Amino acid sequence: MNWTLALPEIVLALSGLVILLAGVMQKRGQAFFSCTMMTLFALVVTAALVVLSPDGTGYSHVFINDGFARFMKVLALAGAALSLVLGIGYAREMEIDKFEFPVLVLFSTLGAMIMASSGNLMTLFVGLELSSLSIYILCAFARDQVTAAEAGLKYFVLGSLASGILLYGISLAYGFAGTLDYAGLQQAVRGSAVLPAGLMVGIVFVLVGLCFKLSMVPFHMWTPDVYQGAPTSVTAYMAGAPKIAAFAVLLRVMAGPFGSMAHQWQLLIEVVSAASMVFGALAAIPQGNIKRLMAYSSIGHMGYAMIGLAAGTAEGTRGTLVYLVTYLFMNVGAFAGIVAMWRKGRAVSRISDLAGLGRSDPGMALAMAVFMFSMAGAPPLAGFFGKLMVFYAAINAQLYGLAAIGIISSVIGAYYYIRIVKIMFFDAAAPALDRAPVSVSFVSVGMGLVTVFFIVALGPVATAAQAAAGALFR
Amino acid sequence: MNSPIEAIGLTPYLSIGAILLVLGVFGIFLNRKNVIIILMSIELILLSANINFVAFSAATGDLSGQVMTLFVLTIAAAESAIGLAIVTVYFRNRGSIEVDDITMMKG
Repeated sequence: MNWTLALPEIVLALSGLVILLAGVMQKRGQAFFSCTMMTLFALVVTAALVVLSPDGTGYSHVFINDGFARFMKVLALAGAALSLVLGIGYAREMEIDKFEFPVLVLFSTLGAMIMASSGNLMTLFVGLELSSLSIYILCAFARDQVTAAEAGLKYFVLGSLASGILLYGISLAYGFAGTLDYAGLQQAVRGSAVLPAGLMVGIVFVLVGLCFKLSMVPFHMWTPDVYQGAPTSVTAYMAGAPKIAAFAVLLRVMAGPFGSMAHQWQLLIEVVSAASMVFGALAAIPQGNIKRLMAYSSIGHMGYAMIGLAAGTAEGTRGTLVYLVTYLFMNVGAFAGIVAMWRKGRAVSRISDLAGLGRSDPGMALAMAVFMFSMAGAPPLAGFFGKLMVFYAAINAQLYGLAAIGIISSVIGAYYYIRIVKIMFFDAAAPALDRAPVSVSFVSVGMGLVTVFFIVALGPVATAAQAAAGALFR
Repeated sequence: MNSPIEAIGLTPYLSIGAILLVLGVFGIFLNRKNVIIILMSIELILLSANINFVAFSAATGDLSGQVMTLFVLTIAAAESAIGLAIVTVYFRNRGSIEVDDITMMKG
C-alpha cells in the first residue's frame, strides 16, 4: 500500500496533536504565540510536502493525489497561514489568545486538504465535517461576546442542516449507483442512457450541500450574520480555505463522476451562479457594516468563480482556479484592513469608521484602495485577470447570457467597492484609528504587492492552473 | 435466504428514511421554541441517511455503506457535543435559548 501519498496530511495531523500537547504544557499566557508559530511552521512544512508529493491513488481508492489536489491544497494552506498571521495581534486584543485557536485552524485546514484529495464520497464527507466542526467552534471562540455566540449557533444549525442534506444525497447516490467510489460512480453514470431518478435526486442534494458551504444564492442566508458576528480573524479564514476546499470537491465530483451528464446539471449551476452574482452586487449596496459587506462580496465572488464550472470545460476549470487564487489574496488583504480597525482599544466595523483613513494612515488606506479596486475588477490588478479568464471560458462555451450577467453585476458591484475608497479619502474624517499591529501591516503590504504585480505571476499561475485542470479532465 | 430486505423489499426502509429526513427538516424550520429541538432534528437527519446506507448496503451486498454508517455515527456524536457546547456558551451570554431571541444581527 502506498501510504506516502497522504504524507502531508499525516504530518499535519500529527503536528496538530503535538502542538496541542505543547500548548497544554505551557503557561496560559505564553502558549498562544508559541503555538501559533509552531502551527505556521507545520503549515509551511506541509505545503512543501504537498508540492513534492507523488501522483496516484491510494488507500483502496479513497484518496487521490494529482496536480489538481496539490494546487487546491497549497492554496488552502496559504489561506490558513495568512489568516493565522492576521490573528496574532488581533487575538491578544480580543482576549481570544488561547492556544486552541491555531490548533483548530490547523485541523480545519486538514479537513480541507482531505476534501481536496477525496476519491470517495466517504472521504469527502469526513473531510467536510472535520473542516466544518472546527469552524463552528472558531466562530463561537470569543465566548464572552453575545454576537460571536450567536454567529456560532447560527452557523452550527444551518451548517449541520447542509451536512445532513449532503449526507442524504450521498446515501441516495450510493444506493442507486451501488458504490461510493468516484471511479465506480463514473462507470455507473456512463453506462446508463437515462439516469435513475434516485441518482439524480442524490446528485442535486450533494450539490445543494456544497452550495451551502460556498454560500451560493439561494443558500446564502447564514453568511452575513456569521461573517459579522465571528471574530474578524476567523471570518478571514472562513472566506478562504473552506471555500477553496468546497470548490475543489465540487469541481472534482462534477467533472469526474458526473461529468458525462453535464447537460443535466449545467442549467442548475448556471442559475445558481447568475443569482449569486446579481444578489451579491445588489444586496451589498445598503450595508453599513464592512464585515456584512464582505459577506455579500464573497457571495458575489463565489458566483463568478462558479461560471468556470458552468462552462464545464478544462478551460473553465482553469478560469475558476485562477479566480480562486486572486480571490484568496485580495480577500486576505481586505480583511487585514478590517482586522486593523480598532479605536481606543475597541474593535469597530462600520464603513463610516474608515472615514479619513487616507490622512491618518495613508499606507493602510492605499492598500485597502488597491484591494477594493481589485475586487471590483479594475484592469491592471489581480481581480481583473480572474474575471477575464472565467468570462472568456463562458464565451467559448457559448454561455453568452451568463457572461453578460457577470459583466453587468461586476459593474454594479464596482459601486460599493469604490464607495469605500471615496469614504477613506474624501469624507469628513472620523477620529483616527489605532495603529495597526506589525503582523497586519506585513500581510497587508504583502498582499498589496501580490495584487498589484499579479500580472507578473499570471503566467506561472495560469500554467499551474492549466496543469491542475488537465489532471481533472484526463 | 430469508433476510428481511429480500422479504419486504427496499421500499419500507427508504420510506422511513425519507420520513425522518422530512421530519428533521421541518423540525428545524417550523420550530419557533427551543434550540435543543433543533439539535434533535439534526440527529434525525443524520440517522435518516444512516438508515438509507444500511438498507442499500444490505440490498446490494456491498459493505462500504455499513462502514459509512459507523463514520456517520462518530461524526454525529462529535457534532452534538459541539452543538451543545455552543448552546451553553450562547445561554451564558443571553440567558435564553428561545429560537425567537436569536436575532441580535439582522439585515
